[in-house]
This record gives sequence, C-alpha cells and structure tokens, in this order.
Amino acid sequence: MKKILLASAAIAFGATGAYADDVKMGVLLGFTGPLESLAPGMAKGAEMAIKEVSESGKLLGGDTVTPIEADSTCVDAAAATAAGETLVTSDKVSGIVGAMCSGATTAVLQNVAMANGMVMISPSATSPALTTLPDDGLFFRTAPSDARQGDVMADEILEKGIKSVAVTYTNNDYGKGLADSFEKAYEAKGGKVTISAAHEDGKGDYSAEVGSLASAGGDALVIAGYVDQGGSGILRGALDTGAFSKFVFPDGMVSQTLQDNFGSEINGSFGQLPDSAGQGMQTYLGMAKAAGYDGSSAYSGGSYDAAALIMLAMEAANSTDPKVYKDKIMDIANGPGEKIYPGELAKGLELIKEGKPIDYEGATAIKLIGNGEAAGTFREIEIKDGKIETVKYR
Amino acid sequence: MDFLNALVAITNYVIIPATAYGAQLALGALGVTLVYSILRFSNFAHGDTMAFGTGVVILITWGFQAMGISFGPLPTALLALPFGIVITSALMLGTDKVVYQYYRKVKAAPVVMVMVSVGVMFIMNALTRFLIGVDQINFADGARFVINARQWREMTGMSEPLTLRSTQVITVVTAILVVWALFWFLGRTRTGKSMRAFSDNEDLALLSGIDPNRVVAVTWIITGALATIAGTLYGLDKSFKAFTYFQLLLPIFASAIVGGIGNPVGAIAGGFVISFSEVGLTYAWKKVVTYLIPNWEPDGLVQLLSTDYKYAVSFTILILVLIFKPTGLFKGKIV
Repeated sequence: MKKILLASAAIAFGATGAYADDVKMGVLLGFTGPLESLAPGMAKGAEMAIKEVSESGKLLGGDTVTPIEADSTCVDAAAATAAGETLVTSDKVSGIVGAMCSGATTAVLQNVAMANGMVMISPSATSPALTTLPDDGLFFRTAPSDARQGDVMADEILEKGIKSVAVTYTNNDYGKGLADSFEKAYEAKGGKVTISAAHEDGKGDYSAEVGSLASAGGDALVIAGYVDQGGSGILRGALDTGAFSKFVFPDGMVSQTLQDNFGSEINGSFGQLPDSAGQGMQTYLGMAKAAGYDGSSAYSGGSYDAAALIMLAMEAANSTDPKVYKDKIMDIANGPGEKIYPGELAKGLELIKEGKPIDYEGATAIKLIGNGEAAGTFREIEIKDGKIETVKYR
Repeated sequence: MDFLNALVAITNYVIIPATAYGAQLALGALGVTLVYSILRFSNFAHGDTMAFGTGVVILITWGFQAMGISFGPLPTALLALPFGIVITSALMLGTDKVVYQYYRKVKAAPVVMVMVSVGVMFIMNALTRFLIGVDQINFADGARFVINARQWREMTGMSEPLTLRSTQVITVVTAILVVWALFWFLGRTRTGKSMRAFSDNEDLALLSGIDPNRVVAVTWIITGALATIAGTLYGLDKSFKAFTYFQLLLPIFASAIVGGIGNPVGAIAGGFVISFSEVGLTYAWKKVVTYLIPNWEPDGLVQLLSTDYKYAVSFTILILVLIFKPTGLFKGKIV
C-alpha cells in the first residue's frame, strides 16, 4: 500500500514537473518594518517585469510567470528566514527577488538560499559585508555596495580640495559599513579622517557628540546617518555651535526633509545618492506612470531589473532550475551584445533564443562587478540657495 | 590669544550646554525630591509626567500658532506653559485620588509605593504616546540665537566660535525664577511651612492641626508644575521625544540622590554636578590642550569616555554616592 502511494505521488510530481508551464517567482520584500514605505514601489517594479515576460509568451516557449509576495520584514532575521523557507519549500519558486534590508538578506541567503540552491537578487541590500560573504554564486544585487559609495564620496571631497574631515555615523550596519569604507578610500587617496565617531539615533541632545567632533576638527563633517533621526540632530548641533560650516551628506541624509529643515543654512554642502540617469530610467519612469505608480521611489527600478535578470537568465540557460541559470546572470547583465532596456524584455528573450548575445541595461544601467553586485551610478548633489541641486552623475 | 581661544572653546562646548542641561535636571530633581520628602516615596513616574506635561504644552502651542498668537522673539510654548501646568497638575491630583490615596490609607511601605509609581509610569507612558505620538518634535519658535557663531567671529575676530542660543538663556532664567518662587513658597507662606512640618515629622504635624489632604494636594500641584516646566525647557532646548524623557529619569534621580534626596538645595546642586560630569568627562579636550600647551598637538582626542557612555557617568556617580555618602552632598534623608 505504502509503495503504491509513493509511486503515485512520484508520478504526480513527475507529471507536474514535465508539463509545468507556470514558473513561480518569489518577491521577498520588507512589506512591514522600518522601510515599509519603500516596499510597494519595489514590488510593483518586479511584478511589472514579470507581467511583461508572462504576456509576451516568449519565455522557454510559452511559460507564464507568477509572482508570489512574501514579507522579509527588515530587522527580524527569523521572520525573513521563515518567509524565505515558505517560498522555496511550499510555493516552490524558481527564483527570489529580495530580500530587502542587508540583515534580512544575509539571513535568508545563509539559511534558505544556500541550503536549497536558490538564486536571490536583492534590489536594495547595500551592506559591504555582502560582497565577501560566501554565496555559492547564488546571490546578486542590483544595488551598489556602500563600499562603492565610500569611494565615490572620497573622490568628491578630494576634488573640492578638502583634505581633512570628521566623520560621524549612525550606530548600525549601514552607518558603520559606510564610514569604514569611506575612511579606507579617503585615507588611501591622501585625505585625513580626524575622528570617526558613532552616534545613537533617537536622542534628544547631541551637544556632547558635536563637542568631540569639533574638538577633533577638520574642514568638513561627513554625516553618515538618517535625516529623520540622529543625523539631523548632529547637523543642527554642529550648525548651532558653529563647529562646522561644510557638510557631506551620503544617501541617508539627502531628502526633501533636509532641504525643508535646513535650507540656506547648509549652502555649499554636498553629497551623493545612488541614482541613475539615462534612457533606461526615463523609459522605466514612463512605464511606471502608465501602470499607475511612482517609479522614482527608491530601488523600484532595481527591482524591475532584478526580476528581468532572473527571467532572461532562465531563457539563456534554457532551464528554470536556479542551479543551472545562476551562471548566466553575469553574462546577461554585462554583455557584450545588443542593449536591452525596460519594455524590451520580449525582444531580449527572442534574441537569446536566436542565440545572439544581449547586454541587459535595464532601468538602472546594470553592470555587475566582483561577486555579482551593481557597480552603481551615483548622483552628486550640492545645496545652492537652500535647494538640493544635481551636479552630475558619477 | 590662545588662552582666550581655549576659554571660548570650553565655554562653547562645556560650560553653556552643561549649565542649561544642569538647570533642566535641577528642576526635574526638585520634583522628585519634593515627592520623596513629603509623600515619602521615589516617584518613578516623574520622567513620564514631564513627557505628558510637555506633550500638552506642545498641543496648546500648536493651537496658539494656528490662531496666529505668538510671543515675539520668545517661544510660543512659554505662553502655553501655564495651561500645560494646570492640566498636568489636574492629572496628578486625579492619579493621587485613584491610585496613591488608597496606598496611603493602608500605610503601604515605601517600597510598595515605589512599585505603584512604576505602574503609574507605564500608564502615563502610554497616555503620552496616545496624546502626541512617539516621534521627535521640535516646537521651539521665535529667535534662535542671542549670539551666533558668525556674529561672534565678526565681533571679536577670534577663530573659535561662541554661540548662545535663546533657549539656553530662557532655561537658566526660568529655572532661577522657579527656584526662587519655590523657596519663597516653602519658607514664607503658611502652606509652605505646613508642608515642611509635614515632611519633618508627620505625626507632630497632624497633632498640631495640619490638614494632610491639603498638604498632599499642594505637593502634587507643585510637582506637576515643576515637571511641566522642566520638560518644556528641555524640549525647547533640545527636542521632544517621549522616549528621551523616560531616559531622563536616571540622571534626574542621580541628581536628587547626589545632592541628598529630600533636600531642595541638594537637588539643584546635584543637577549641576551630574550635568557638568556628563559633559566634561565625555568632551574631547584635544582642542583646548592644543591651545594651552604651545607646540604640542596630542595624537588622541584627550577624551576620557566616549559620548556613548554619557548615561554611565550618572550611573557611576549614583553608585559611588550610595556607597560612600548615602546622604548626599547636602544631608538628605534616607527612609
């Protein structure tokens, strides 16, 4: 009896395996938690790519793709792992777009993806630690590592002739990672970091922190923090006591809030954030608008690209098995071949089928380097007359 | 010139911030000390009373701003302060009626009262969050500076900046006025004298015909007023966030105990001891040393403790005082 059951089960599974024409794709993002406001725009990006491919009917000779959303939260590694586990074992997805925050991503990668040989492409995990983490070639990200931002920021500061800076960072993985990578890059290029001090978010008073930063001195102050948190407190304190008059703002600080609250007080200060210009982004923004959402929301374009990369790689490998198509992702992203922009996924699939090489550019001008992470374009900004203005892209 | 620069740096980064912070702590500690000496328990709900009072003041301030009422160069919150005091004191009296009265009637031990106040603390915690939320709020308006860094540099030609914010001046002036009023009230008025009598010897005070209910009520009203003033000044000077006020409980208790709990003069002295230790021990003295000792620049920051350890400073002082001089600097009483 037992044998018959087993046999019939095996047949049933074999049958679904052989005739399956619906590929499932996990969209594992932090729908709840500290970055919940960003998740909807990212999910819509990924799902738009999935819909585009599904409707074209060109993936592996007519497969459809169904997105399955799951909540990775942002700070709860256990919840993220459980959600990832469900996607892989019960929903049987063939690839995962996600996770969202660096901590959750690390947890899912180590506990779920590597154990099951599942491909993950995160649109938004930026911790430098993920660069060196062993991943069996299963993990990629369409967001640049913060190490790259440290490098860009160091160049920017030195080009302005500033040779010594004080650094303060928010006391978490993001702040520490960014501060460390910046310090390394800046000192290697000949600059001097007078102090690199952490600040805790959510305190009422930052005068002591500002006091030590001022005492260490420097021609400018780099604030690797959050504008809605301690970063603003430090900036306010430094302005009030006259400790610094020039500031450098990484991505966590550049926002409308900064302009509204400080305006002309910080004229001449500058910063940068991951952002891309160009044809791909313009096309993507138009498509998002037509679909009824805001494509300029952070990492939304990167999510589209993450999903698109997975599906194009499946076609290139002629398989939906993550262990097989994982090797194609770098080729698809880096070319050489015809450039593929958002909205041209069907064309990309056709070219691959014809055996021609493609170079997927996508919304964010994707170029994967090293262990499979975006090289990253950054938008350099400067505060002029109380307004944030774009200087250039680098 | 270098000596002057050193002096300005110390004033800008240590003396001015520590004086303002010390005044805020002193007002908080006065409230704690008053409850301790008259009602005979440590009131753990004091930090959250401050948060509640400040929350009310902020709401009224917003109301005034919406109506277009302002206080010239002074923050509108000062106009809202009296209304905040009335509401907070009413809440204090209500809490006493509903909670503390019963425990006084059954003559609960002080430690039981302390636990009761922890319960009150949690309720008030939630109440404040319902009222105004958990976010950080800046509600200071009016002129920001008395002297700002640029004016100072133009005025004196010195390289070191000195700034004096109007909220820092307001804090110190208000604190002086409040302390003067409190001491006048305790020393000169009939009610004040009966409160001191009640504090010194409850039985004797009752025998001589002092109405205990009246003393308790007045104590709560003053505590509510002190908490609201201290909280509003702290919020004006820094910013309001419910959780920060809860954290203030530690330095406030440290101030009260260092000065000698139950002793109003001690509470004030304690506030300044704690604030100057916190700021002074975590300040990086490199700049000052560089100015004072010519031709020598220290490699490190000459910082005794990282600023992360600010609260550890009050805690350490608290423990040292409890071990070596439990009655505090100005002989307080230990129940």
